[in-house]
Amino acid sequence: MKPLKLIGLTLAALLALSAQAIAQDIPVAVAGPMTGGESAFGRQMKNGAELAVTDINAAGGVLGKKLSLLVGDDVCDPKQARSVAEKLSGNKVPFVAGHFCSSSSIPASEVYAESNVLQITPASTNPLFTERKLWNVLRVCGRDDQQGLVAADYIKKNYAGKNVAILNDKTTYGKGLADETKKALNAAGFKEKLFESYNKGDKDFNAIVSRLKSETIDLVYVGGYHQESGLIVRQMRAQGLKTVLMAGDALNDKEFAAITGADGEGTLFTFGPDPRNKPTAKAIVEKFKAKGIDPEGYTLYTYATMQLWSQAVAKVGSTDPKKVVEAIKAGEWDTVIGKLGFDAKGDIKAIDYVVYKWDAKGNYAEITKQGS
Amino acid sequence: MAYFSQQLINGVVLGSIYGLIAIGYTMVYGIVGMINFAHGDIFMIGGFVALITFLILVSIGLTFVPVILLLVLLVAMAMTALYGWSVERIAYRPLRHSFRLAPMLSAIGMSFALSNFAQVAQGARVKPVPPIVTGGYTLFERSGFAVQLSNIQIIVVITTLVLLALFTYLVSRTRLGRDMRACEQDQTMAALLGVDVDRTISMTFVIGAALAAVAGMMYLLYYGLVDFFMGFVAGIKAFTAAVLGGIGSLPGAMLGGLSIGLIETMWSAYFSVEYKDVAAFSILIVVLIFLPTGLLGRPEVEKV
Repeated sequence: MKPLKLIGLTLAALLALSAQAIAQDIPVAVAGPMTGGESAFGRQMKNGAELAVTDINAAGGVLGKKLSLLVGDDVCDPKQARSVAEKLSGNKVPFVAGHFCSSSSIPASEVYAESNVLQITPASTNPLFTERKLWNVLRVCGRDDQQGLVAADYIKKNYAGKNVAILNDKTTYGKGLADETKKALNAAGFKEKLFESYNKGDKDFNAIVSRLKSETIDLVYVGGYHQESGLIVRQMRAQGLKTVLMAGDALNDKEFAAITGADGEGTLFTFGPDPRNKPTAKAIVEKFKAKGIDPEGYTLYTYATMQLWSQAVAKVGSTDPKKVVEAIKAGEWDTVIGKLGFDAKGDIKAIDYVVYKWDAKGNYAEITKQGS
Repeated sequence: MAYFSQQLINGVVLGSIYGLIAIGYTMVYGIVGMINFAHGDIFMIGGFVALITFLILVSIGLTFVPVILLLVLLVAMAMTALYGWSVERIAYRPLRHSFRLAPMLSAIGMSFALSNFAQVAQGARVKPVPPIVTGGYTLFERSGFAVQLSNIQIIVVITTLVLLALFTYLVSRTRLGRDMRACEQDQTMAALLGVDVDRTISMTFVIGAALAAVAGMMYLLYYGLVDFFMGFVAGIKAFTAAVLGGIGSLPGAMLGGLSIGLIETMWSAYFSVEYKDVAAFSILIVVLIFLPTGLLGRPEVEKV
């Protein structure tokens, strides 16, 4: 028994030591869907956060300490998001970059608010995230009510007098976005011909597709994620339907093109002006490319989240979330995605969405200029 | 009319895939009297094996599609059958004479084990493939609505029909089928009369898994992607189909699959897409109220 006890003690001591070592660092977290159907976006976020933390540490860290990154996986499941939030709060992180799905970010934010954690989402666009007047939430991306306006504006201009259908996947994000777009369209006197919903995770959309076909729909707007959108496009083309699909920011990953192949050509989506093209991002984009990563979608947004927080902490001289939030809302911050300023709710002041189009080779590019 | 025909095609193809999976549930239930909850995940494994085989064949330079499809089919059936056999051997056989719920619980555990295994081994992302079988026909066109029938839809339906005929023959006309029916009636008596019960049950799982592999491959070809959690929903639907058709009955499973596929499609076509699952399950309830053993199920006879 004696040697066993000794080993046990040594192990315990080692554990205590490593806990000590981590305590030297400031733990920060990135949380999102690292597995499951939306894991493409979780990967974007993780890539962005990892490089940001590496860069910040290389530049001397924050308040003289290094950052250590924790990764939380919520699988885009609200229940899982809560337990991830509780776990991260238990690890005493002062700050979380996340989550991705609005249906995860919203329940998680309540846990963070109670446990004194600052939450900055790089990607959740549902207005409710900042509308509930929680002290601890900020977002560096746009909102669905603005996204819906831009989409409606595009549809109005380019599909006047044509048939438009709106579908949604019943999630917080998808339903919210579809509702905002419908509202904006109807306000402009444009009535959609069909408003339907499907289940996230459905694979067979043939019945809906035939319905679009019989109603001679010219454009179908989808409030939903890329996997289902990709399948809808694929099944539309298989039934000989040329209808254009338009969706929101959840289509900004190459995985969409992997599902549709060349059929994805002409598919539209709205997203912020490509952060990769901003002059502020050039050096960092190069760094990502050197690692073999294309910093698409929300990668740079997550990077910016980390930058924003570390700058604010340096300015305040403390990681106390309440002080950091005050400072962030009061100031203007230079990040990889440009200069950011925040309103009292925690939304960024200057938001612009543009329309992107997929081509046959699986790349996407902006087709409308800002503000048009 | 044209619209109805198109939706009919959609429904029949979807129903065929459900039916193929449902046969596995029904055969196992018929013989061992347990619900093999891991069957949906066996179907998922079948899809993955088909995908991997396809990628290997393409990377060694095969381009002739019919040969690729045949090889993928054979490899997927063989590999997945091995999984089905192992699952029975590891998780069910040791519990066969335990209390009734034990194999069912171990089946649920097996289902988690398999889907998590696929997640760890293959990653959590969806695995898309480019369209392999392309093309199709325009059957007829009326008032601007062209009814399309794609090649892949034809393949799915024909494969299903051929397999159904083959397995009905197997169960009703061959030595193995006779053993199966004997085990179904009374395992102890069958054993006394020289039927190798263990072997027969193993074969049932092997056949069920092979059919699930075909369904997995059809799914991959038709929808163009597989992921590690696809077995869950498909499994639930197929199980429902098996119950609707009368669990234990082979043609019943197929009929149940077709019914579920058609109900879902027609409901989406004429009412709202939102409530298609509600519609399918409501009809299941109504059927079970009036026909407690399902559409083609035989009434339970008390064995004396």
